[in-house]
Amino acid sequence: MTARREVWITGIGLVTSLGEGAEAHWAALAAPGGAKPVLDETSFAPFAVHPLPALDLDRQIPKKGDQRQMEPWQRLGTYAAGLAIDDARARALVADMHLVVAAGGGERDVAVDEAVIAELAGAPPEVAGPRLNEILAANLRPTLFLAQLSNLLAGNISIVHGVTGSSRTFMGEEQAAADAVRIAHLRLAEGRGEIALVGGAYVAQRWDMLLLYAAGGALWRGPWAPISARAARGGGFVGGGMAAFLVLETAEHARARGARGLARLAGVATDVAHRREGGGAAAVARALWDRLAPRSGGGRLGVISGASGAEPALGEERAFLAGLGAEGALVRTPGSLLGHGVEASFPAHLALGALALARGGFYPPLDPGLDTPAPGDAVDRVLVTGFGQWRGEALALLEPAA
Amino acid sequence: MNGTTMTTTTTRDRHGRPLVAVTGIGIVTSLGWGVEANWAALTAGRSGIRRITRFPTDHLKTTIAGLVHLPDEAPGGECIPSPVRVERMAVAVIAEALQNARIGDTGRFPGPLFVGMPPVEMEWPQRFALARGANDGAPGYRGLVAAVEGRQDIYETVLFGGVAEHLAARFGTRGAPISLTTACATGASAIQLGVEAIQRGEAEAAIALGADGSVQPEALIRFSLLSALSMRNEEPEKAARPFDRTRDGFVMAEGAAALVLESLESARARGAPVLGLVLGCGERADSFHRTRSNPDGKAIIGAIRNALADAGLAPGDIDYVNAHGTGTPENDKMEHLGMRAVFGDRPPPISSNKSMIGHTLSAAGAVEAAFSLLTIRDQLLPPTINHREPDPAIPLDVVPNEARRARVRHVLSNSFGFGGQNVCLVLGEPPG
Repeated sequence: MTARREVWITGIGLVTSLGEGAEAHWAALAAPGGAKPVLDETSFAPFAVHPLPALDLDRQIPKKGDQRQMEPWQRLGTYAAGLAIDDARARALVADMHLVVAAGGGERDVAVDEAVIAELAGAPPEVAGPRLNEILAANLRPTLFLAQLSNLLAGNISIVHGVTGSSRTFMGEEQAAADAVRIAHLRLAEGRGEIALVGGAYVAQRWDMLLLYAAGGALWRGPWAPISARAARGGGFVGGGMAAFLVLETAEHARARGARGLARLAGVATDVAHRREGGGAAAVARALWDRLAPRSGGGRLGVISGASGAEPALGEERAFLAGLGAEGALVRTPGSLLGHGVEASFPAHLALGALALARGGFYPPLDPGLDTPAPGDAVDRVLVTGFGQWRGEALALLEPAA
Repeated sequence: MNGTTMTTTTTRDRHGRPLVAVTGIGIVTSLGWGVEANWAALTAGRSGIRRITRFPTDHLKTTIAGLVHLPDEAPGGECIPSPVRVERMAVAVIAEALQNARIGDTGRFPGPLFVGMPPVEMEWPQRFALARGANDGAPGYRGLVAAVEGRQDIYETVLFGGVAEHLAARFGTRGAPISLTTACATGASAIQLGVEAIQRGEAEAAIALGADGSVQPEALIRFSLLSALSMRNEEPEKAARPFDRTRDGFVMAEGAAALVLESLESARARGAPVLGLVLGCGERADSFHRTRSNPDGKAIIGAIRNALADAGLAPGDIDYVNAHGTGTPENDKMEHLGMRAVFGDRPPPISSNKSMIGHTLSAAGAVEAAFSLLTIRDQLLPPTINHREPDPAIPLDVVPNEARRARVRHVLSNSFGFGGQNVCLVLGEPPG
């Protein structure tokens, strides 16, 4: 079981503020001059968000009953998972398809929460406790619990799309997504299955998510600015609604069924810099690159940076990328245009990397203040980085699928 | 390996993978702190289920639970958020497991950490406190967000990766810790991930943790709304009745267990005590319904069979089953169906730890795997208590009410989760 088998990406399911599907993203991002960000700067002021496009949910979640059992986050992820399965033409393979989801928390009922706070925040504890029970018991919808549960995104993907090989849900923000891809890749490489679905989703238009990330000072305040313009003012991320799922498949299995490989996933490496011990994320990333680089065939390197804009991760990543830039790498920062999708960003960036290799091209600078000033000529391999806004560093290396 | 022909020199399984030993465990449940206190109470058939005193239970349909009181927790004192409970229990059980395994220097564990835990979020006492501190007297979310800025303490508590990162830093584990949730199968999934890491040669050792501390009003109400909980509030110790005809739901509970997993080769080389082996892991997801298994039992049966195949064992090699056994009408019926499908007319004895400790949710898979190893160590089957009226539809030997001596070489431990996530483990006695 230790023999390493080649693993390809054979399907992409991608939704961002720019649209849905691989085609739409290639068209928007690879065009000379680049794309313009799609923004909502007022609904959640002082925080800007990149809103989700309207989705025709019936296309991927045909039963209204299933749609009603989910809140927007689960629907978004389930929708994108379906896009990935379709893109891989793998509908017939779902029974033995393995599933690893990187999940955040599902939606709270904001109206109920606000009503409870209005009535009870100032009440003495002996009043607030019993009354809280009474309000919640009367007002929480039974379905909301399941619609909120983190592992029920995976559960809904199983129910709606029939993916039943196995089901695992990782938690832990950016790091969870990178480890989800790493574990799915390793399991296929070592012979524990032939095909897997991996990814995550993030809804940025949510006060409960802003409450979480505001606590850490991770959010960019004020009107949108490219990531390159944020560092001087303390950094911060702009939430980007997005979902990204990838179908990973052994090359042998894909070839046998005539499926096309978009890219070969050469390797994924993750670690976490223990900043309290004085370790830096840049040093960790360099060590990860030393582990991955020997698996690479060489040639011109494109980098899809996972920069979210949050500091100090942004500065640490820049230090790491400066070293690669000196070796001629072309760095691109899609998060500047798409926003930060937490659990969805790493798989989304892998999708963009795979797409570039499949198309034989690359992207123009997406954040001119950060990206290598060179046109989007073809690259031979793509490095995807992921730097958590609090913890966690990850790299993945993509090469053309032979 | 059918027939158990393993010799003392074998450190690889039939797939050529390193055999994975368990060299240390730590447990906390409503029965107490520590492995031996728990095992003594469990095999004596004691219940840890009590009336909830931690918070007011007015208007709640269920007012009982298996609670773990933290050592310095005063009754009626400040509400401790679930992630803090999870972390404090986790620290205790990991420390106990490391001490038993005698592995690593203090703060430097030679392998990765897998943390099975529930999703966490800001809880009501925190929301109320923020609201009181907001400029606006009765703020909505906008006001809460303004009030929370700069609260790194809250951030690190409610980030999904926060608990694991704190544990990784404290115990000096290697690489990025992985936190995971597969509902009621979470603890078993954490063990499976650790076993896989050792099998693929990523490390010689790993820590697998399952922990849950979710007994707070909102969580209790949410499970009540799903009609999942027992409402036998007048007799807390008799409420959890797995496989009994009168069962009416599970009892929410807290707890944690940690396992030090280690390649058998590494354990032997350093002369470490070996409690047992994790011989096989099997999983299968269900696509039928969010809270119910497909009536055909295919996913449950598939998970059991995958675990047996992974271990290279036949059904007849299993001497005892540590049940998922929640005590909901649905689960126990489906588990029986799975048992019959796999084991035929002569299923091995099966008992439910949950009859005593309640359903420890994200911790259950790890807690019950730890108890399964103690079952093997002492050749003693823990009972299913509160078994008074056998369900005629479930003709199984559930080890009713009293522990029983038995020859136990291989245990199957079942975990079946909401959302259709099913994981089964096969644990075996130490070789040689």
